[in-house]
Amino acid sequence: MDTSLYVAMSGAKQAMLAQAVNSHNLSNANTTGFKADLSQFRSMPVYGAGLPSHVYAMAERPGIDFEKGTIQTTGRELDVSIQGEGWLAVQAEDGTEAYTRAGDLRTTPDGLLVTGTGLPVMGGGGPVTLPESEKVDIGVDGTISIIPLGDSAATLSAIDRIKLVNPPLADVEKGKDGLFRLKSGVDAEPSAEVRLVSGSVESSNVSVVSAMVDMIELARSFELQVKMMKTVSENEATSAQLMRIS
Amino acid sequence: MSTQAMWISKTGLEAQQTRMSVISNNLANVNTTGYKKSRAVFEDLLYQNVRQVGAQSSQDTILPTGLQIGTGVRTVATEKTHTQGTIQQTGNSLDIAVNGRGFFQILRPDGSVTYTRDGSFKLDGDGQMVTSGGYPLEPSISIPDDSLSVTVGVDGTVSVLQAGNATPTQVGNITLADFVNPTGLDPIGENQFRESLSSGSPTVTTPGESGVGLLSGGSLETSNVNVVEELVSMIETQRAYEMNSKAISNSDQMLQRLMQDL
Repeated sequence: MDTSLYVAMSGAKQAMLAQAVNSHNLSNANTTGFKADLSQFRSMPVYGAGLPSHVYAMAERPGIDFEKGTIQTTGRELDVSIQGEGWLAVQAEDGTEAYTRAGDLRTTPDGLLVTGTGLPVMGGGGPVTLPESEKVDIGVDGTISIIPLGDSAATLSAIDRIKLVNPPLADVEKGKDGLFRLKSGVDAEPSAEVRLVSGSVESSNVSVVSAMVDMIELARSFELQVKMMKTVSENEATSAQLMRIS
Repeated sequence: MSTQAMWISKTGLEAQQTRMSVISNNLANVNTTGYKKSRAVFEDLLYQNVRQVGAQSSQDTILPTGLQIGTGVRTVATEKTHTQGTIQQTGNSLDIAVNGRGFFQILRPDGSVTYTRDGSFKLDGDGQMVTSGGYPLEPSISIPDDSLSVTVGVDGTVSVLQAGNATPTQVGNITLADFVNPTGLDPIGENQFRESLSSGSPTVTTPGESGVGLLSGGSLETSNVNVVEELVSMIETQRAYEMNSKAISNSDQMLQRLMQDL
């Protein structure tokens, strides 16, 4: 069997995988705090008897695009976006500490400060718990101040501070739940330099234009591989015909 | 698969998107006091030399032109145009407009000085002149409690008329800061600019001296955005965006033809 069929097949299969990564990015074009996945192809030559002329393709996700997303001003007081570098610490569903840029915060009836997806925000010692309050305010450095229920505006008091971290980006990786953690697995140290801007939220950093052009290119690349497979199939049919005993 | 035309057009689309953002920002701030309009500046990206211009084509002849393919466009800068906005009379004695060059100096809570053209000052609880955001004017000027009226002179002299006195008392002098390159100032929002390496260091003078403009009390400087110009730019941007996306779809059709007809 002609090996070029399998090489073309690997090209087509990897093009489909890369298309899946691209669609994932495109579908998250409006997700708050989303960081696009980067995808690339790598050539995998086969070493064996003779020269490595069969080169298979492999699609991989080498990393994350840490570009800042667009800032959307919502005017909502509990919406925070991070000015410059930095991450918000939240408690992931498996209980570990993870980091995110999604600052669309809200309060739950149980008194927790959670992100839009329901993950509790970490404060000085564990998840932030809020007493019954009329108004919750988040300061530039993450300080959470509340007006207790029934009191006037003069009793605004700081109760906790959101844990804001700023590890070097080379140490940050995206986990399976879409949250970010350090590659070493330890929790990052809180940083005092991270600044929050309330009333705005950071949207996804996916460049829709780039993603669409990628999609067109991958679709054409897939078509090219299929054409190769068809050509090989025709070659095989012709050579089988040569051997036919009529 | 290297389909260069598609990627070049992609840079065109992104550049027009940036231009659209800048135009939208200008239009959103058409009524902001002291706002200076921005403009996106583009540059062409590096050229790939397929055949070097000026290379020898034979022993005696050189190539008059080469074969160079550009790689697209890039937004290189957004520059603020510091032309004078319209002076609008408000009648509010603490509203000041600068007629000419120069910026008011504002003291930030961290001790740094920022610069602004927004002269809509108010009084805080202690009688100090502050901006609408609560930042005090530098050098700080305090208006005494019992003053009947405040007047700001064209040279920055602030005088108040107190009850019982027929002559006004001078309470302070407003100075303006001028820069060699005001376009190089770093906008930080809240109508304020920060000094940067490219703007040069500020020279603080009294209004009217060394080329700095005069103050106009009881009036405000509106934004210098020209709405008609922005709308025409917006039409231009939209058409350029359409043209670039047509180039992408054409490249796509060419590839399609390659797949189908061969």
